[in-house]
Amino acid sequence: MGKLQSRIPEGHIAEKWNRFKSTQNLVNPANKRKLDVIVVGTGLAGSSAAASLAELGFKVKSFCYQDSPRRAHSISAQGGINAAKNYQNDGDSVFRLFYDTVKGGDFRSREANVYRLAEVSNQIIDHCVAQGVPFSREYGGLLDNRSFGGALVSRTFYAKGQTGQQLLLGAYQSLSRQIKAGNVTMYPRMEMFNLVVVEGKARGIIARDVITGKLHRFSAHAVVLATGGYGNVFFLSTLSMGSNVSAAWQCYRKGALFANPCFVQIHPTCIPVHGDYQSKLTLMSESLRNDGRIWVPKKKEDAARLQQGEIKGSQIPEEDRDYYLERRYPAFGNLVPRDVASRAAKERCDAGYGVNSTGRSVFLDFRDAIDRLGKDAIEAKYGNLFQMYEKITDDNPCEEPMMIYPAIHYNMGGLWVDYELQTTIPGLFAIGEVNFSDHGANRLGASALMQGLADGYFVLPYTIQNYLAHEIRVPRFPTDTPEFDNAEEEVRMRLEKLISVGGNATVDSLHKQLGHIMWEYIGMSRNKAGLVRAAEEIKKLQEQFWSDVKIPGRVEDLNPELQKADRLADFLELGILMAKDALHREESCGGHFREEYQTEEHEALRNDRDFAYVAAWEFTGPDREPELHREPLSFEHIQLKQRDYR
Amino acid sequence: MDLKLKIWRQKDSRSRGRFVNYFLREIDPDCSFLEMLDILNEQLISRNEEPVVFDHECREGICGSCSIYINGRPHGPDELTTVCQLHMRKFNHGDTIVIEPWRARSFPVIRDLMVDRSSFDTLIREGGYISVNTGTAPDANTIPVNRDDAVFAMDAAACIGCGACVAACKNASAMLFVGAKISHLASLPQGRVEARKRVQDMVAMMDALGFGNCTNTGACEVECPKGIKMANIVRLNREYLKSTL
Ligand SMILES: Cc1cc2nc3c(=O)[nH]c(=O)nc-3n(C[C@H](O)[C@H](O)[C@H](O)COP(=O)(O)OP(=O)(O)OC[C@H]3O[C@@H](n4cnc5c(N)ncnc54)[C@H](O)[C@@H]3O)c2cc1C
Ligand code: FES
Repeated sequence: MGKLQSRIPEGHIAEKWNRFKSTQNLVNPANKRKLDVIVVGTGLAGSSAAASLAELGFKVKSFCYQDSPRRAHSISAQGGINAAKNYQNDGDSVFRLFYDTVKGGDFRSREANVYRLAEVSNQIIDHCVAQGVPFSREYGGLLDNRSFGGALVSRTFYAKGQTGQQLLLGAYQSLSRQIKAGNVTMYPRMEMFNLVVVEGKARGIIARDVITGKLHRFSAHAVVLATGGYGNVFFLSTLSMGSNVSAAWQCYRKGALFANPCFVQIHPTCIPVHGDYQSKLTLMSESLRNDGRIWVPKKKEDAARLQQGEIKGSQIPEEDRDYYLERRYPAFGNLVPRDVASRAAKERCDAGYGVNSTGRSVFLDFRDAIDRLGKDAIEAKYGNLFQMYEKITDDNPCEEPMMIYPAIHYNMGGLWVDYELQTTIPGLFAIGEVNFSDHGANRLGASALMQGLADGYFVLPYTIQNYLAHEIRVPRFPTDTPEFDNAEEEVRMRLEKLISVGGNATVDSLHKQLGHIMWEYIGMSRNKAGLVRAAEEIKKLQEQFWSDVKIPGRVEDLNPELQKADRLADFLELGILMAKDALHREESCGGHFREEYQTEEHEALRNDRDFAYVAAWEFTGPDREPELHREPLSFEHIQLKQRDYR
Repeated sequence: MDLKLKIWRQKDSRSRGRFVNYFLREIDPDCSFLEMLDILNEQLISRNEEPVVFDHECREGICGSCSIYINGRPHGPDELTTVCQLHMRKFNHGDTIVIEPWRARSFPVIRDLMVDRSSFDTLIREGGYISVNTGTAPDANTIPVNRDDAVFAMDAAACIGCGACVAACKNASAMLFVGAKISHLASLPQGRVEARKRVQDMVAMMDALGFGNCTNTGACEVECPKGIKMANIVRLNREYLKSTL
């Protein structure tokens, strides 16, 4: 265990966070001004952290690769954010949110972290409302809630179908206020390319100006990574085009451990793939499962005719429809967790009941909800999602059931952090989707926004002080040191190496190949032979990449292809690590489904005796095998049991 | 479908740009506009030509990155649609499509179709927020908000900051963008406290940044991909007037 000190405070689970806060080291106001913090990323986690740290008095340098912090990937989140307010008086509580999250994550997360998350969830809503986030309200003027998968209560707060946008704009506005106040220096279109470590501590970054291609050095007393998720390793995903693993990977290569890389989430309700030119997949929010019913035909002949385009879904009579989620999981029905819903869709399609031309799609039908509540009510609730669907598919969901299929959406894995959100490199913190901390092997809907904002507003601004309190004697330092020289030289050499390959294959064509391998072997279901094969194929592709990639233009210039190539080089390495992680985990849990380990009813079969741990991988050198470290997970407040949503 | 593209190519803000013609064959009508440009870029790279540079990120119509003038209209021919959500089925086989960057004094061209919209961030920094520090807020349900006000606030807050309104306006005015933020915050009780200073500061900065005046042509409303209404400009004017009284 050595390397992995989770630093969970003593005491009863409900007291740990308070106990930590009341005994941790703090930095006095005069010293805060003398301490610099780099925050890379301006999504929910990064913007909220940068704003909050600056409000406390720290000097913050904030980075994003987009032209404005407001365009971070978090802006796309649709459905909502959880909190244990119990405003609906339906029996919710901090403990229940904690319980649902640990259970939803299939018992592969740390109890203490999750409890803290549930505890601060309420403050997030309070703060966001005070910022002017226009959450949806009831007629009486109070906040409205909806339900999301994996819960029996309505605890999800939402702003139409644009919750992520509104929460991010709230954080962006707070960030803007601190920029104006001179406490944050904002560096948009500035992409991190390396971490600088001095005497074992994170002390700065090397970043590349996206417009000029020039490299710049930045120093600070601590570095916070808030760079989001790596789903684009699959090429097609619901993430933004620029979402990447590179910043995290640079830290991994510098000694930060990478935890549970194989835990990725496949979202059940996305618009299916339609052509090989396709560049991304579009999510249809989970909130639709509140009113939409998922089904496929009962009869194979009907499925065949749907696949041929001879009939439409609306023509199939009620008695010939198989509402397979309601059938298999009567207690949770259409609101089972994402991993369960995704696998069930795949199972039906594999069995030949798919409903579109590729046979890889199921229906999400609003007919009954429209009959019950009226078309206007349904459109008012989901209007923007319906429009988005219609723009892409040319079909109106009020007339024909939506066609949906699972797609890559989120990663639970990420940089390993302790209770204080610090990685294994002192002074390097990781928050939001880039860390592994709270969702175990499967994330519940509306919990990523909660976690990003919990980390950024309410956890990191405290825990980072426990570290910074020891740095108050360290003066601001220059960047003309050998450590910065070396870190910059590493980047320069890598970029030169990339551009000088001068081959024939475009970055996207190689990235698509990686995506196919990932989806085929490390996607919704995995097995030993496939994982071994995936690693081999990715290694071959990696060789092809480094000998045949074609990148136009120059290094010191605006060069989007070079950015993409750099990210792909890291995705290739990540893909190999994911295969390795998935292979070593000989059990099924949450989003990680190993075909060899399933119950008779085809549900995921965990192995708590051998695998109730976090797998954290250590980089040991470019051509060497990474080393596995295990952080055992113990469950003191929740009884470990097989998830059952029936 | 086969297409002829006339695309604006410009090296940087100091260089002069020009239209260059490209031909694309057999484009699938289900492909999005940006995917069509991806296909073009793949071909250009293979031919050792420079790919066309454009901003894009979410490809879901929400981040506001994409910003292209198509056949004389910001975001192209489809109503309430960003470029990334525009699909090629809206065009016909044999069409010529004219593709340009936003053109406005306050949005200098960086390269090809990519422009610098940092002036929008500068505007928000002038008060497009509510001054509340983390951890100091009362319970969220302490202040009920009239549902109509909440809906109005949400509709205004739906602005994605793409800049189509400025690009569409013959005066390159930012009144719709600023109006949306002013009315989002002014229609909530939390935002009233600073309403006066906010409107004064944001309007002053709008002038300082070189955005033009509003002459009520309504082009912004027509072109806004998120349906932000002129009512927000009315609200801005009203708030401004109130603040001077
Ligand atoms: C379509 C969609 C819908 C979703 N809906 C929901 C929902 O309803 N509820 C929910 O809880 N969750 C939802 N999620 C998940 C949630 O949106 C994300 O997990 C969350 O927003 C991640 O936030 P983040 O701050 O960690 O990172 P991001 O928002 O991804 O931000 C990453 C930031 O890092 C920056 N960055 C990255 N690399 C670099 C680099 N090398 N140098 C400089 N900057 C860098 C980027 O510029 C960006 O600012 C959804 C996700 C998707 C894809
Ligand atoms: S790319 Fe995000 S709005 Fe078009």
